Amino acid sequence: MDFAWMGWTVFTGIFFASIALFLAAMIAWEIARPGGAPRIGVLRFETTRGDRLFVSLLGSAFIHLGWLFFGGTDLWWALGLSAFYALAVFRWV
Amino acid sequence: MQRKHNQKAWFLVLPVFLLVAFSAIIPLMTVVNYSVQDSFGNNEFYWVGAEWFVEILNSERFHSALGRQLMFSGLVLAIEVPLGIFIALSMPKKGWGASICLVLMALPLLIPWNVVGTIWQIFAREDIGLLGHTLAALGVDYNYTQDAVAAWITVVVMDVWHWTSLVVLLCYAGLSSIPDAFYQAAKIDGASRWAVFRYIQLPKMKRVLMIAVLLRFMDSFMIYTEPFVLTGGGPGNATTFLSIDLVKMAIGQFDLGPAAAFSLVYFLIVLLVSWVFYTVVTVQDAEASK
Amino acid sequence: MIRKMIKNIRFTPIFYIIFLMLPIYWLLTMSLKTNAEILGGFSLWPADPTLANFKTILTDASWYSGYINSTIYVVLNTIISLAVALPAAYAFSRYRFLGDKHLFFWLLSNRMAPPAVFALPFFQLYSSIGLFDTHIAVALAHTLFNVPLAVWILEGFMSGVPKEIDETAEIDGYSFPTFFTRIFMPLIGSGIGVAAFFCFMFSWVELLIARTLTSVDAKPIAAVMTRTVSASGMDWGVLAAAGILTIVPGAIVIWFVRNHIAKGFALGRV
Repeated sequence: MDFAWMGWTVFTGIFFASIALFLAAMIAWEIARPGGAPRIGVLRFETTRGDRLFVSLLGSAFIHLGWLFFGGTDLWWALGLSAFYALAVFRWV
Repeated sequence: MQRKHNQKAWFLVLPVFLLVAFSAIIPLMTVVNYSVQDSFGNNEFYWVGAEWFVEILNSERFHSALGRQLMFSGLVLAIEVPLGIFIALSMPKKGWGASICLVLMALPLLIPWNVVGTIWQIFAREDIGLLGHTLAALGVDYNYTQDAVAAWITVVVMDVWHWTSLVVLLCYAGLSSIPDAFYQAAKIDGASRWAVFRYIQLPKMKRVLMIAVLLRFMDSFMIYTEPFVLTGGGPGNATTFLSIDLVKMAIGQFDLGPAAAFSLVYFLIVLLVSWVFYTVVTVQDAEASK
Repeated sequence: MIRKMIKNIRFTPIFYIIFLMLPIYWLLTMSLKTNAEILGGFSLWPADPTLANFKTILTDASWYSGYINSTIYVVLNTIISLAVALPAAYAFSRYRFLGDKHLFFWLLSNRMAPPAVFALPFFQLYSSIGLFDTHIAVALAHTLFNVPLAVWILEGFMSGVPKEIDETAEIDGYSFPTFFTRIFMPLIGSGIGVAAFFCFMFSWVELLIARTLTSVDAKPIAAVMTRTVSASGMDWGVLAAAGILTIVPGAIVIWFVRNHIAKGFALGRV
């Protein structure tokens, strides 16, 4: 089978590998501390670790898009901002 | 229902997981890969970074397509949801009348989407269509292939025709789960028609209504075939919605990179809105079962 | 005044149904007219009803093979979707397991994805594995949105079956496959019917992916219709007849599930 049509690059490879890594880490965390640590945060409904990861990833995607939209060029800043956002989500949501 | 922990359940889910992973994850990865590269065919790719995203996010073409899409989905929801509730409330509760209503109302839902476009294309034409001909006879200046407003009205009316029944059927299902005792109690208390709706029927319909809004939002936001057949996105670009624009770019012009970036932005918007709706539905469910 | 209005409310469904039926009626009249009559003048019903348009479709292979192709991939899709969705829905309704909630949302998110996003990568994917222009390619591609829907509907119906039945069967010594096929599946028969109805419906009405993945051998009727419009000028009569014939299977299917349709639309949860 030929995968050339998928057009892989090193960058996107790293991108998907890190998402896979996040998921693996979540599974390991869940096995170590089962239950998903449910709590009611600033959104005022119950969230688990998995929900917080999803909110972080989706939010990060929009942070990157917003960064590009408002004329930012260097996406490393957007990445840094997303990291802060994710920390905030895991702390307070 | 109390469910017990059992990790072996994963084996039952595995076929679905593999099948959907095959049809969803591989294409999605491909889209991400294309979105950061330029291609001239033959599987040759050149790295361009975030260029396509910058281009799409700042392009007039994307903004206007998104604007039209939001306006279309908003209009369609604003018409179909109240109309659907109203019709469901006025339907016979049981008996052969209800059966006939259900069968006839479900019919538009099962017509292939391109045929829906064809039906309205014929129906609205001035020379051979009942609607177009009648309007012309009444002296209304109506031509959906030339006039943007007429095209918009036709597309919205077509969608109302096509999908209001879904809202009706969902609401009807919600209403038929209300026990008769509730209505009798309301009658004894002398409740007004409005009070019955507000405090008995609406709460019971809340869940199905959320599902209706979720489904109608998702489907109207990805509408392609019906307006494509009816107006082809025209006149000009007046009814070019997001999917029509995307297909033009991806299949028509074979601009893999910009089309992929377009797809991702599009998908992220749908994902965000749908997640909000889905969360509201599940949180309500959780509260109801407490 | 208001009382009078409320009394008249009961006529609303009748007006609504007339509004639904008018365009379909118009398509039907068109299909019974000759092209000369359609273009020659305006009339509310065919002066001289003819079945010539239907005869054209049923005798011309390039037309009727479209119906056969569509039927093949729709049936294949319904079978595949139900076969994988049944065990999965059981797992979701009976057990808690690692990542169940997120897996469920991920499945549904595929129902939310616009087909236009997937059209191009699907074309590349199925071309590269040599399935382009086959029925199975369209059937597999349509599982993207049908499997999540089938799981969602079936899970709702299964949650309505008391868990004591599973436990009793286990005590009685039934193995899981025997229990599932002999006892459990008949219990949710109407749920399976409704799920099949929805799989049939969404696969039958979809055009974009079906058209992108086929060229000749598996070309669906919907694609045949769009191409004929542009190729032969405007053969309105035949086009209308083809449209009427695509409505027939849907009408038959509705008739079979008419008693479960309301419950099915509530996704079994009400």
